[in-house]
Amino acid sequence: MSLRIVVTVKYVPDATGDRSFSDDLTVDREDVDGLLSELDEYAVEQALQISENSDDDVEVTVLTVGPEDAKDALRKALSMGADKAVHVEDDDLHGTDAMGTSLVLAKAVEKAGYDLVISGMASTDGVMGVVPALVAERLGVPQVTLLSEVSVEDGTVRGRRDGDAASERLEASLPAVVSVTDQSGEARYPSFKGIMAAKKKPVVSWDLSDLDLDADEVGLAGAWTVVDSALERPARTAGTVVKDEGEGGRQLAEFLAGQKFV
Amino acid sequence: MAEVLVYVDHVDGAVRKPTLELLTLARRLGDPVAVALGAGAADTAATLAEHGAVRVLTHEAPEYADYLVVPQVDALQAAYERVSPAAVLVSSSADGKEIAARLALRIGSGVITDAIDLEAGEKGPVATQSVFAAAFTTTSRVSRGTPVITVKPNSASVEAAPAAGGVEALEVVFSAQASGTRVTSRTPRESTGRPELTEAAIVVSGGRGVNGAENFAVIEALADSLGAAVGASRAAVDAGWYPHTQQVGQTGKSVSPQLYIAAGISGAIQHRAGMQTSKTIVAVNKDAEAPIFELVDYGIVGDLFDVLPQLTEEIKTRKG
Repeated sequence: MSLRIVVTVKYVPDATGDRSFSDDLTVDREDVDGLLSELDEYAVEQALQISENSDDDVEVTVLTVGPEDAKDALRKALSMGADKAVHVEDDDLHGTDAMGTSLVLAKAVEKAGYDLVISGMASTDGVMGVVPALVAERLGVPQVTLLSEVSVEDGTVRGRRDGDAASERLEASLPAVVSVTDQSGEARYPSFKGIMAAKKKPVVSWDLSDLDLDADEVGLAGAWTVVDSALERPARTAGTVVKDEGEGGRQLAEFLAGQKFV
Repeated sequence: MAEVLVYVDHVDGAVRKPTLELLTLARRLGDPVAVALGAGAADTAATLAEHGAVRVLTHEAPEYADYLVVPQVDALQAAYERVSPAAVLVSSSADGKEIAARLALRIGSGVITDAIDLEAGEKGPVATQSVFAAAFTTTSRVSRGTPVITVKPNSASVEAAPAAGGVEALEVVFSAQASGTRVTSRTPRESTGRPELTEAAIVVSGGRGVNGAENFAVIEALADSLGAAVGASRAAVDAGWYPHTQQVGQTGKSVSPQLYIAAGISGAIQHRAGMQTSKTIVAVNKDAEAPIFELVDYGIVGDLFDVLPQLTEEIKTRKG
């Protein structure tokens, strides 16, 4: 038996930098350093753990859709221990929305061959959290999403989804699409050996024609949503900051009463 | 007038507050038609009618509880085909966003998630969103198909607007995918008696400075004196001091209450992403340099174990 896992990852602007928009109202990728989305590190980690805990022959492929720089995200995942990488890169992809991204990912996952797709719960830039569900819908396979715990055995994926009202245990037959939360387990740091090994691992590049996709199905032109304006939120007016000299709690109560909260 | 589908979030017939907020927003776009699914669906009708639903489409089947997300998508698609609405609105919960996205894909429409406001526009509904850790406010539209939009809790007021609200049975044929992901067990979350984090008007959160699970009693005592929900920073959750379901921040819940009190939270960007749109922000922290103080309306540089109990006592006294 063998198990093919494809981990979808995204290269995102560093959230600790000053993120902004370009003139065409897409995310500005020039002014802020990019990195592997933190939430996708958890997806890579779970893929590696499934691989390590399995008696089967497991192959972990990391897949990203993005510009040239996005290779950095793939390198990071390879240095953590993934076996190989696929980079979907095409100028026409600029401005692709969640619908388009799910289309490209679904095509690429099918071309790569998969039994299990693992994604992070959301990207740290768009934060929509819908791409895993959309990929499952497109592939016509079960979605087992937002898992804080995941395992694979005998062709079945099981996991725990902690919702607002209840904690649910889920299971589905492979092939399936899984997404994991930041509660699924700390992601490992790449070792020096891992970093060196990553340099020798294969990175395949595909463009839209490799995936039988037309330019008008993706990018800004193919987006099903339009951003009309993006305004920087005005800075909050500086508030009152006082040092507690023993009456801090009572002073705060006075403030809250003044605001009619008490 | 055009009809607008509103997906109803309810627990055994008890409609959750974000759905009532959706009905307020839906009325700006047309006549709300509510879709209630699963056990107790018909029991939602009176409440929905009181808040503006002109019709309530219901369907009860074990599939909604036994399988994940797809049965709801099948049903909402059936409702969409029956009503031909001008828009579809869903609450921005984890399930809600997945249901909305899959529906949108099936009907060939764009989807917008996490709107914080919604207005009728010349080219269809205009959604306001707060992005990049609330550093930017954007307006967006769906440019293809019937707009499917999910809206964050606390984005609109709940307004009574009595309407007919007649109950009609919805016919649903489940797809082959509907039974793909089985729910093999469900453990209801124990009720704390406190308001839901994302719905609460006041939230009191604790962070690294709380320094231990047992010390969260100080946070809870203040929350209870204010009738507030309790939140926690990721540091506190990762340390195991408070459940992940209460995590406020980029990878947890994003909240937008009238009042947010951060105790022992430094205010890293990931946390700020989840609370920056709160109306009034208060912080208590020993470190005068903590970035949270850049956001506050009122901040106290001090020990939360001194300030919070004193505040709690004072609130209790004032409330009598």
